[in-house]
Amino acid sequence: MNNQIIVCGIDVGSTQTKGVLLNDKKEIIEKVLIPTGANVQKAAENAFRELLKKTGFNKSDINFIVGTGYGRYKVTFGDTQITEISCHAKGAHFVFPNTRTVIDMGGQDTKAIRVGEKGEVIDFAMNDKCAAGTGRFLAACADVADCSIDEIGPLSLKGEKPSRLTSVCTVFVESEIMSYLAKGEKLENILAGVHRAIAARTVSLVRRVGVVHEVTFTGGVSRNIGMVKALEEKLGVKLNVSPLSHYMGAIGAALFALERALGREV
Amino acid sequence: MDKKKKYQGRMHGLQRELMERWYRKLHEIYEQDRKEAVYIMISGNPVELIRAFDMEPVYPEINALQLAIRKQALPALLKAEEMGYSTDNCNYVKADVGMFFMNSPTSLGTRIPKPALILCNFVGCNTYIKWFEHLAEYTGSPLYMLDIPFMRHEEPTQDDINYVVNQLKEIIEILENITGRKFDIDKLREIVRKAKIMEELWAKVKDLAKAKPAPFDAYFDSTTMMGPLYVYRGTDDGIRFFEEAIKEFEEKIEKGIGTVPEEKFRVVVEGPPPYPYFRVMRDLLAKWGAVAVQSTYSTVGGIWEFGFRHDENDPLKAIALHMITANLPNRNYLQRYEQIRRYIKEWHADALIIHGVKSCRLFSCGQGDMREFFIQEIGVPTLYIESDLEDPRYFSPAQMQNRIDAFFEALEHKKAISKV
Repeated sequence: MNNQIIVCGIDVGSTQTKGVLLNDKKEIIEKVLIPTGANVQKAAENAFRELLKKTGFNKSDINFIVGTGYGRYKVTFGDTQITEISCHAKGAHFVFPNTRTVIDMGGQDTKAIRVGEKGEVIDFAMNDKCAAGTGRFLAACADVADCSIDEIGPLSLKGEKPSRLTSVCTVFVESEIMSYLAKGEKLENILAGVHRAIAARTVSLVRRVGVVHEVTFTGGVSRNIGMVKALEEKLGVKLNVSPLSHYMGAIGAALFALERALGREV
Repeated sequence: MDKKKKYQGRMHGLQRELMERWYRKLHEIYEQDRKEAVYIMISGNPVELIRAFDMEPVYPEINALQLAIRKQALPALLKAEEMGYSTDNCNYVKADVGMFFMNSPTSLGTRIPKPALILCNFVGCNTYIKWFEHLAEYTGSPLYMLDIPFMRHEEPTQDDINYVVNQLKEIIEILENITGRKFDIDKLREIVRKAKIMEELWAKVKDLAKAKPAPFDAYFDSTTMMGPLYVYRGTDDGIRFFEEAIKEFEEKIEKGIGTVPEEKFRVVVEGPPPYPYFRVMRDLLAKWGAVAVQSTYSTVGGIWEFGFRHDENDPLKAIALHMITANLPNRNYLQRYEQIRRYIKEWHADALIIHGVKSCRLFSCGQGDMREFFIQEIGVPTLYIESDLEDPRYFSPAQMQNRIDAFFEALEHKKAISKV
């Protein structure tokens, strides 16, 4: 029913599932974002169904589907799976072609990726089996501070004297925040301290692959302005951030799908 | 196809047979309460000396790793933690101590005899001193601390060698007292001569992995071969095992059969394997057509591929030299770098994989720098992954797969680009 090539990238993250449809001109036709929830396979299916519903396409209209993210093997309707490390590199390079370093901060993990001229992965480092320094860490802090996750970033920017947090353990930081609150410390200062602590931890990860300009910040946490500023301060460079940053993995997956559909690099 | 058998050949069957026989022999010693078991460590082990008194070696490390590979380690680890051993402690120690206090049988259902002597031939690991001290306290058995000077330079000093030979003489006296038998130097010479033959064969096995495709995996299959290498060194059974292995691998080379359907990446692996996920890890690499052509872990008990052999003409000096110079843990880091560099070059490897062990900082410290050295100075793509050699709680399958997949995705992409 239509002759153009349409491809799809589905990024099943630990917290949110992102989907993107791309045409052969590399234009984003549609994108969706839904919570992943407990049923990973359902989340992938729902995101895909939502994309079809919004665009009026049928599954048979989609030439190639690539699944990525930690739940990529649950994208059972997909044609292949590619890690989010490769996909974020590709997506970031697509949106910001001079990208040489990617910092991807998601719900459960943080990655630093060195990227080549064509958006290929040269090297990467990621956090261990520990949620410290990830979106989950920020969410835990937001909970203790009785704020929404969207509020903590802007609030942290108002902190003039960032509190010193000795721990970057998701569990222990809660009690540290509580003791600061009990002492009457300003919430803004505590949150500034939280963002600084994560930035410090992230920078040590990034240094393992080397900080090469330009640095692009991707993943859900890149929407947090407090985190952007804290990272910029620690790294001493300006970060590329885009409203599409959250979708970088899905965009990268869709670009891989397009390459497979066309049988050549795009 | 039976998935379990996918990687297994004749060598694996023979290895199982030999290792089970050894465990049964230990069980017999246990049942008859004979004073014939000497507890020693894998690293640079002096098994020849023990065999010269017709004693059997017991390697607590092998008992621990057998437990892990059969997915039975966690209860023993928890038992040790309950006793007060820190979660960060060496998990070999915890598994062994836990097993001892649970009074549980080995993974084969057999029993380990009480040690007639605890011989701590520690090289490169000071945690093991405490391990063997604890074992001595728990079992009430005599302990000998065999102190091996660390490789501070390229070559050991004459004093280093004399120091170790004098200790070996002390051990001979102790073993004479335990067994009531006189030390027979000619018997030791004969065992050392057989050890030399076996070392020659093992070096040949390692050389066969230079073939493309490699006929065996020099990480996973080498680990399998390490059992007979340490338990049966200096025996006819040991010689026969490696002769059979060579036969099998040469046949495979002739027919062009590798360990995976298509060998796409040749890798060198540094660090001990994640025993609780041994099979999972192998599958994760096999999926990418990645085959280990060399590994540093296969040299913890001895490095023979670069020419070192035991010399029966001066057996005590040979044992001392092996313990000081020719095993991975007792050598310095620059020597380890050089070993890996030669592996990559001479075995034609595409990449290096470093597996860091959470509960063994002694083996793992410095691996971050090592990774940088090989990426930046040597230009070899290097993947750093981390879990544990014993504790399943440190292994996160999804994260491990992510790292491995991303690494080989990038390598595949690089290969594709270089072909354009």
